[in-house]
Amino acid sequence: MKERTKLLLIVLTFLACYYVPWDHAVIRQSGLEAFMMLQEYAREHVLTCLIPAFFIAGAIAVFVSQASVLKYFGATAKRILSYSVASVSGTILAVCSCTVLPLFAGIYTRGAGIGPATAFLYSGPAINVLAIVLTARILGWQLGLARAIGAVLFAVITGLVMAFIFRKDDASRTAGEMYLPDEEEKGRSLLQDALYMLTMVLILIFAAFAKPAVGSTGLWPAIFAARWYITIALLIVLAVMLKSWFTKDERVTWMQSTWGFMKQIFPLLAAGVLIAGFMLGRPGHAALIPDQYIQGLVGGNSLWANFFASLSGALMYFATLTEVPILQGLIGAGMGKGPALSLLLAGPALSLPNMLVIGGVMGAKKTATFCVIIVILSTIAGISYGWMAG
Amino acid sequence: MEIRVLGPGCPKCQKTEQAVKDAVAEAGADATVEKVADVMEIAKYGVFGTPAVVVDGEVKSVGRIPPVEEVKKWLQKWNKEA
Repeated sequence: MKERTKLLLIVLTFLACYYVPWDHAVIRQSGLEAFMMLQEYAREHVLTCLIPAFFIAGAIAVFVSQASVLKYFGATAKRILSYSVASVSGTILAVCSCTVLPLFAGIYTRGAGIGPATAFLYSGPAINVLAIVLTARILGWQLGLARAIGAVLFAVITGLVMAFIFRKDDASRTAGEMYLPDEEEKGRSLLQDALYMLTMVLILIFAAFAKPAVGSTGLWPAIFAARWYITIALLIVLAVMLKSWFTKDERVTWMQSTWGFMKQIFPLLAAGVLIAGFMLGRPGHAALIPDQYIQGLVGGNSLWANFFASLSGALMYFATLTEVPILQGLIGAGMGKGPALSLLLAGPALSLPNMLVIGGVMGAKKTATFCVIIVILSTIAGISYGWMAG
Repeated sequence: MEIRVLGPGCPKCQKTEQAVKDAVAEAGADATVEKVADVMEIAKYGVFGTPAVVVDGEVKSVGRIPPVEEVKKWLQKWNKEA
């Protein structure tokens, strides 16, 4: 950050402190909502959902071999494989934002070209494990699923369209040498790795098991009643696996990587929740922005509402995961389900600062095309989803 | 010699830079350590993943934090050739 930017920030903060009428009823209500929403997250989501998800993300970053996936992004890899891998590899590659842009630039300049590169760039932020888990948990599994499917599908379409529009350009690019991340020696089989990941995912599922509807019978309430016993049993299994399959170094790196994600993401998420709470309030509670504005702009499922949601999502910057509380606030204030999906699909993949970086890599014309394709596709997806979800 | 640490500034990249600097200090090597954060600069080396370490134009490690001992070996090898 430049010194001048810092000064500007301090001056702005000062002016806000000085002039905002903090004792005005609406401002007080908004401030209360901000902290009520933060408390809701702390009570409902942090221990049972976010913490397990961070451990999984940490494990993915450390134990899943990136080299095995990256070879499909080489200049000589089969195109169909490149596209399929690009559209889903965000689950394991994009957990750390610091891998996405260099990898995108690498695929674009040295590897499989503009199609797979843009496919990867688009799907990454939407299908990493933290984003899926939190979206499904807070906004409902339907929207979580729609987000994951939409992201994968549109990644392929966007990539193919980009590759088609700029096909001449792609042919003239020179392929140079490429260096993949070093393969590390491992003392475990693939099955052991898979079982280890599966155990953690099961812990996440049971710890966050949803309360069944009152009066329902059968398996669901039985599982709910036993969920803590199941979780504890799974934790013991996990402990045994860690003790017998992993070396001390590996366990330490896993902890470090998990801790790294927590440090990076928790403060941003808390800030996002506070802002969403202040502006929009919890569902059913009023805050700074009156509900009728939200309903007027992005309520229902009109073409305009979907387009507006997807365009503003494309321009806005969402720090990792903060799109979720913001959408929660918006939906609570009357945003339609279609526009919500539009924003989820266009939002995290694009933002003004992000566009500048992408523009630096592949030029203004291609970046603009990329953004237009995404805004159009997100709008269409929103309309279809809003129509299906009724 | 010239060592470049490629990485946009995530915690892993900072640790890598630290490891390289430690190695240079411990070995007493005559080397400059430079951090490269620009995405296009990084892509020019063809590395698929960060952090990466480049010693005099040669890519030495990609996608991991190299241990200090390993970095020292790179420094030694180069010194012998020179």
